[in-house]
Amino acid sequence: MQENEMLQLLKGRFGQITQEEATKAAVVPKALLLDVADFLKNQELAFDDLHCITAIDRVERIELVYIFYSIEKRHTLTIKVYLAPDDLKIESLAGLWRSADWFEREIYDLFGVYFLNHPDLRRILNPYDWDAHPLRKDFSDPDFIKKPQY
Amino acid sequence: MALIEKIPASKLIGKFPGGKILLTTSENILKWGRASSLWPMTFGLACCAIEMIAAGASRFDIDRFGAGVFRASPRQCDVMIVAGTICVKMGDCMQRLYAQMPEPKYVMAMGNCAISGGIFYHDTYSVVKGTESLGIPVDVYIPGCPPRPENLFFGLMKLQEKIRKEKNARE
Repeated sequence: MQENEMLQLLKGRFGQITQEEATKAAVVPKALLLDVADFLKNQELAFDDLHCITAIDRVERIELVYIFYSIEKRHTLTIKVYLAPDDLKIESLAGLWRSADWFEREIYDLFGVYFLNHPDLRRILNPYDWDAHPLRKDFSDPDFIKKPQY
Repeated sequence: MALIEKIPASKLIGKFPGGKILLTTSENILKWGRASSLWPMTFGLACCAIEMIAAGASRFDIDRFGAGVFRASPRQCDVMIVAGTICVKMGDCMQRLYAQMPEPKYVMAMGNCAISGGIFYHDTYSVVKGTESLGIPVDVYIPGCPPRPENLFFGLMKLQEKIRKEKNARE
């Protein structure tokens, strides 16, 4: 199924979904994420593979990007969730796709997004005793040496 | 060339005129033995490890210098070849491994990352800026990104030279 067809289907099912202009990704409100994810996995779209979760720090918000793939139907879909920087909490998808477990740990480690109901929300790459989140735009550390601008 | 001149430490050994007896001090023979059988630790951290593996394989053959017995345990090692980028998490392990090595122990920093952080010096949050910043003393620095096996051998020969010139080897 084409991406715009999927988007029409999602818009018909959940009214609040919009499309991002530049990337054509579906923007899902934070509160709807679990319902949308359940719909994507268990209804006709049959997304059995959560391919990737990543995050982008836009300073005014943090965007979570979810990329789904269906092995059965061979189509793919990208959805985005916007998070306000003062409320970085979102429901975990680890109950629906096992692959979400480590993706979400990585995002927690690098961006500090807190996933609710995650089975094991620890840092995955960096030392456990850190409290900074290094891929945030406002990250700073005494050992972090900025590249001089020429 | 007489056989005696082929021995790397020949200048340290005096030949008894006309005889088959070699005269030397026990310290010299100890240092000669120590320099000629440096057992390195299997400690490849990044792409420099590939060059170290190449140096260990038959084309370059690090065994010619007596340093071909890569040990998997720090307790059996003489030299730690820090081959690659040191991450913050690996830094803790490295300090522990270095502490576990028996004396006398030597460290070679192979490649720019192990020397100073290399290309990861700027704008990185997870890379240690060189072996020395962990408090581990380095005997030989081998620059390069990565250094060729020949560079590694040159560093190894420098280390052997350093060991042969050591004072108070028996202490």
